[in-house]
Amino acid sequence: MQYLLLIYEGEKRFANLNKADLTAEMGEYRAFGKEFASAIQGGNALQPTSAATTVRVRDGKRLTTDGPFAETKEQLGGYYLVEAKDLDAAIAMAAQIPGARVGSVEVRPIQKFS
Amino acid sequence: MSETVEAIDRLCRAEWGRLLAVLIREFGDFDLAEEALQGAFASALASWGRGVPKNLRGWLYAAARHDAIDRLRRKARLASKEAELAALPAGHAPAADELYEETAVPDERLRLIFTCCHPALAAEAQVALTLRTLCGLATEEIARAFLVPVPTMAQRLVRAKTKIRNAGIPYVVPEEADLPERLSEVMAVLYLVFNEGHSASRGEALVRGDLCAEAIRLARLVRELLQEPVAELEGLLALMLLHDSRRKARVDAAGGMVLLADQDRSLWDGAEIEEGRDLLRAALRRGPPGPYALEAAIAAVHADAARATDTDWKQIAGLYDLLVATHPSPVVALNRAAAVSMAQGPAAALPLVDALEEQLAGYHLWHATRADLLRRLGRTNEAIAAYRRAHELAQNETERQFLERRLRELQR
Repeated sequence: MQYLLLIYEGEKRFANLNKADLTAEMGEYRAFGKEFASAIQGGNALQPTSAATTVRVRDGKRLTTDGPFAETKEQLGGYYLVEAKDLDAAIAMAAQIPGARVGSVEVRPIQKFS
Repeated sequence: MSETVEAIDRLCRAEWGRLLAVLIREFGDFDLAEEALQGAFASALASWGRGVPKNLRGWLYAAARHDAIDRLRRKARLASKEAELAALPAGHAPAADELYEETAVPDERLRLIFTCCHPALAAEAQVALTLRTLCGLATEEIARAFLVPVPTMAQRLVRAKTKIRNAGIPYVVPEEADLPERLSEVMAVLYLVFNEGHSASRGEALVRGDLCAEAIRLARLVRELLQEPVAELEGLLALMLLHDSRRKARVDAAGGMVLLADQDRSLWDGAEIEEGRDLLRAALRRGPPGPYALEAAIAAVHADAARATDTDWKQIAGLYDLLVATHPSPVVALNRAAAVSMAQGPAAALPLVDALEEQLAGYHLWHATRADLLRRLGRTNEAIAAYRRAHELAQNETERQFLERRLRELQR
């Protein structure tokens, strides 16, 4: 079996961590990554929801809105991790996902650590 | 000296959007471009007292580039990033009193407006960013125009720029396939800016009139920069010009609202009306009219009437029929009903207005329109009740005063 482990937390808490706490927490994540290295197929930190865009297609028309997916009637049903040259290319792909016609696709950039 | 300062300020303001657009293109960073351009304007103030350069745009561009590179150098040095430091181009600072003549600065404003009006940004952020970057309005001015505290507006701008950077919103003119949709976003932003300026005296009248002028300026600019003519853009520009032409007549000496029927039409701006008509004709020749062109056509029929009583209400009602058929909305239906009341009388219009109750019961103009019909039908008590409800719901001081006046007249 494969499982997707989704991490939910208050993004404000994370953004407000001081340097020492941030280093400690990153250390814990690295330790987790090491311990389960053989099981982990992939994983990323996401940029906060302020960088999110939600895409829907209704009656063949693409609706793009600022912000994260905010409906409570719909549930997470799948994901794609894609490489795209910019947000426009990512939105264009998102609009082609069949689920965009009946639900929503949240486009969230991956966090890069330098 | 202060005259020079003012003149320089005016020149800088006129060049702001164009220079900012090209700097963002070059440095890929909104904040850096803005800081550098402000730096260039400060140098201009310091050195132009002794003579304004012949090519001031070129001078400002060179000075801003130099300033930007300087800032990048300082940043790289602080981070001791030698590789980045070495990769930076040499900045050429124009001499203080050099009469600068360099090659023309390319116009990248179309990229800038499409990025500012990107659908992945919230509408209020699109508006703020467009006014800040393309029009060079200060954050304080935008905050004042939209009646929000300065820190709120500043934060809105910061968030928008952060999203552009972090989410990878590209700095490009959209591809042809996406152009109609993206252009409609741009037009919506321009119309929002215009309406904010046009909707009667909320906030400072002067600043708000400026918003109309900026919206018109931007629409002209987009029209100039696009490769192909776009009928709806011509329609939008025509609509804004025709509405703006009535600006002086819309408010009386005491600041009170003057209804279209009571306006002194000699105060209407003939040049704006003429230009609006020409644009509308051009838009209509290109094919079936969109919503902006239809609204412009309605405004043009009003402009054709030398006196309010000469207004061709049949034609206006017909245009509203078209608008309701192609772009239905409760507010458009309400306006249509008002036109029908003029073309066929209040009795014909009342059922049309009443049919909109469910959708518009919370909208003060629904009650005001209904009140007007009831008043004209001699149903005074019902009219008074409807005016009272409109007054309760109205937010705008000028409109509230108008409704109070009507109530006083009826209760006499």
